[in-house]
Amino acid sequence: MSRIDSIFRDLRAAGRKALMPFVCGGYPSVGTIAAALPELQRAGASVVEIGIPFSDPIADGPVIAAAMHEAIASGCTPASVAAEVRQARAAGCTLGIVAMVSVSIVWRLGPDACFRQLADAGFDGVILPDLTAEESGPWRAAAANAGLTTTLLVAPTTSPQRAAEIARACTGFVYVLTRAGITGESGDVVTGRIAERVRMLRQVTDLPLACGFGIGTPEQVRQVVRDGGADAAIVGSALVKRMGAAAKAGESPAAAAGAFCRELGAGLA
Amino acid sequence: MQPTATATPQHPVSAVPNAAGRFGAFGGSYVPETLVAALEQLRAQYDAVRNDPSFWGELEGLMRTFVGRPTPLYLASRLTGAARQRAGSGRGANIWLKREDLAHTGAHKINNTLGQALLTLRMGKKRIIAETGAGQHGVASATAAAHFGLACDVYMGAEDVRRQRLNVVRMKLLGARVVEVGAGSRTLKDATNEAMRDWMGSVEHTHYIIGSVVGPHPFPMIVRDFQSVIGRECRAQCLQTLGRLPDAVVACVGGGSNAAGIFYPFVDDAGVALVGVEAGGRGNGAGQHAAPLSFGAPGILHGSLSYVLQDRDGQTADVHSCSAGLDYPGVGPEHSYWKDAGRVAYTAATDAQALEAFQLLARTEGIIPALESSHAVHEAVRLATTLPADRHVVVNLSGRGDKDVDEAVRLIGLK
Repeated sequence: MSRIDSIFRDLRAAGRKALMPFVCGGYPSVGTIAAALPELQRAGASVVEIGIPFSDPIADGPVIAAAMHEAIASGCTPASVAAEVRQARAAGCTLGIVAMVSVSIVWRLGPDACFRQLADAGFDGVILPDLTAEESGPWRAAAANAGLTTTLLVAPTTSPQRAAEIARACTGFVYVLTRAGITGESGDVVTGRIAERVRMLRQVTDLPLACGFGIGTPEQVRQVVRDGGADAAIVGSALVKRMGAAAKAGESPAAAAGAFCRELGAGLA
Repeated sequence: MQPTATATPQHPVSAVPNAAGRFGAFGGSYVPETLVAALEQLRAQYDAVRNDPSFWGELEGLMRTFVGRPTPLYLASRLTGAARQRAGSGRGANIWLKREDLAHTGAHKINNTLGQALLTLRMGKKRIIAETGAGQHGVASATAAAHFGLACDVYMGAEDVRRQRLNVVRMKLLGARVVEVGAGSRTLKDATNEAMRDWMGSVEHTHYIIGSVVGPHPFPMIVRDFQSVIGRECRAQCLQTLGRLPDAVVACVGGGSNAAGIFYPFVDDAGVALVGVEAGGRGNGAGQHAAPLSFGAPGILHGSLSYVLQDRDGQTADVHSCSAGLDYPGVGPEHSYWKDAGRVAYTAATDAQALEAFQLLARTEGIIPALESSHAVHEAVRLATTLPADRHVVVNLSGRGDKDVDEAVRLIGLK
């Protein structure tokens, strides 16, 4: 059983929900992620998503897009992100770790080689944010061969039939978008709609459901996992912003990530 | 990547894409799930109008009365003379211009925006968005929006806003909002990113009019079909004027919409050589040009698999061209298919060659071409010099150069 599966199995058995922080590889500087992973583990995160910086991330809002551009400019590569995960694993990190990576990068590196490199470094799965279920066959096979789970996204515009197809194409967990549009904090998370989506998805899949996009406060975490009924809440832009701000203020971005994650954890209770 | 096609009478080169949007191995649809429903809606709407005479009748009426089609096929006698002087020894093919620069708004882009605006109305959407490089697609989108009473936001890189000021003013006069994009390379690629981000959050009431034969299925097919009016007219005009098909058709290729439009009706005519001209910029080095078919490799950008300029990790490379409309690291998937099938020959013209052709056409014919089209003019003159005098080369003069005069002053040093 993959680490992602056992993490969610244990959480479900204990009646608990998961916090899934998203960090941007190589941001605010190369080396930050290796330091942040143990902090996030201590702060109660279950699974961490690491974004592999891409020059043209069309699903990302200004915070994550700017972080990715900065990371690439400072020399971050898929290989350097993998090296940071390898370092964290060597230091005993037992978090679930998944890579959020554009198909543009995977295609160029070659799905087999890319996924093997990620798995060897200690990644447990991949999220492919710009791959449709229709196109996903060979990519899923390559990920499964490397021992990685594959997560695709379900959008608010996705029909129930399509959502079932997408869920069938996923392993590990399904990524459920709380809203249309791009990543980034928002004022309102529409709990009613999320609850409705989660209920619909429960009828077509037993996989854990992780909700993301626009979640940045403990209250929003609570709305997603308690009121909405999702298994996990994903927090990205808000966390990336805090890590960037910490670095600019001369403080530790890894410690800032841990502190914010602890704060968000209040929403799980 | 293996060559993707061998044409046979049963499988002509033109018989693409398939239902999944594949041109041979290229194309497809690599997009965030949020856009899938909108692409599906567009595909269904396009399927519905494809055999609907009322749709095409309305579009053809607009083409005639609003755009000024058909555009002329014009024998550029003095340009031909200049080519013959260079060639010497009685050589030098006739050079004909397909005058898309005479289409309303000054470029071929209007062929696509009016077609897609009609689709927008049929989908019941009230707003369009567009990306633009040189501003020609932005102006054509703003024009279509004004004509049909749609709201229109145009995304444009900050570098392009600077070098194409005239078109920025035109878009504003037409009632569009111009959104300046300061991210990344501040050119066409980044404007496309921002337009896609807008669409992710606005799909329910907004249609994204992509300006070239790029992007996820069905865009490359739809844009090609709307632009194919150029090649259909040109083919008929050649048969009428020359009594036969031309020997070669030359067009510039950025994303590749004017080239796809003029090439497509000729791709099954084996005797017609097709030549696409990319932006060779300042040279062959990385970041010095915008010529993915000449110097790139297959990869995924903006929703489809095609030749692209990327580094070895898949990060999009920096590109350069004097022409804002060609300053793009990708190209339409059908061009990649034609390249690997051996149907179209792709070459590149440098900034200097394009600027020279820009001035040559102005002085020999009294026609100031767009800097984009000037790349094709350069290649047409070069090709003509290699051919006998009884041959015929058609160049797609995709746009006029009024928008480029400030940039030309800067680059050529005119006072």
